[in-house]
Amino acid sequence: MTAATTTALLLAGATYALKSAGPLALGGGRRLPGFLERLALLLPAALLAALVASSAVVSDRSLTVDARLVGLAVAALALWRRVPFVVVVVLAAAVTAAVRAMT
Amino acid sequence: MSTLPDPRPVIVRQAASIALAVIPFALAFGVACEEAGVSVIEAVGFSTLVFAGSAQFAAVSVLGDGGTVAAAVVAGVLLNLRSLAFGIAMAPALRGPLWWRALAAQLMIDESTAVGAAQRTAELQRFGYLVTGLGVFVTWNSATILGVGVLAGSADLVETAGVDATIPAAFLALLWPRLHDPEHRRIALGGAVIAVALAPVLPAGIPIVAAAAATAAGRPWRVQA
Repeated sequence: MTAATTTALLLAGATYALKSAGPLALGGGRRLPGFLERLALLLPAALLAALVASSAVVSDRSLTVDARLVGLAVAALALWRRVPFVVVVVLAAAVTAAVRAMT
Repeated sequence: MSTLPDPRPVIVRQAASIALAVIPFALAFGVACEEAGVSVIEAVGFSTLVFAGSAQFAAVSVLGDGGTVAAAVVAGVLLNLRSLAFGIAMAPALRGPLWWRALAAQLMIDESTAVGAAQRTAELQRFGYLVTGLGVFVTWNSATILGVGVLAGSADLVETAGVDATIPAAFLALLWPRLHDPEHRRIALGGAVIAVALAPVLPAGIPIVAAAAATAAGRPWRVQA
């Protein structure tokens, strides 16, 4: 077995364990304990914001301010103007590409 | 409530645009596999069995840099610790028989969780999660094959077309409705600050997990009646 095959299989097993722990242990109609229920409600805001921030300004574990941030700012402006989702995403890409082409 | 239009068409459009948005990344993953000497079968193995974009990228790039299997697996697992949090967040919406939950869990990725968690009711959350997860699964795997087989050698396409900027924009769009609530705003700000502040000092993926601590701003231990 090659290193890549071993890696794929081990990573698949570990990833599935992480993915399925919640639904397998907490699903099936059982109600979450109050604390977890509330945590589940609040977690997405923290995780989504973390994903926004790190995908916008982190590259190779260092802070990088580049054209992506301009794209994100335009996306925020578009969201504020209630522009449809697809347009927001395409605008962000187009503006980022334009800034990169100019710099 | 009865005057609200059926949100399902909107959810399907969101899912479709996200499924299309991941294509360039899957192409780039395929290209990365080709460069790291990972075969087509192995690349598709990653994309179907692991099915977690950032973790696949991390593992393959560690292998490509001459890292050990252990280092590659640990890098991938650390990036995926957030799946545990996603699973807890999505569990109330993913009720059903054990076999069904076991299958649905494989679709637990950033995108499906984000679309799912953004919906108002458990039923719509489940719908958003499944539609987005399945859509991305199809495009992600198709584009992986294309990337390994066809596009090897043009990884910088992602940068010049600004495609990497679609990901933060998409995440922001999903976060946006929550920002109307002051408590969620505080938590979101905290999560973003934690993720960025820790990024230089911790291995990739861990800062995202650490950002979950920002939920403390909402004092989840104060259970409401």
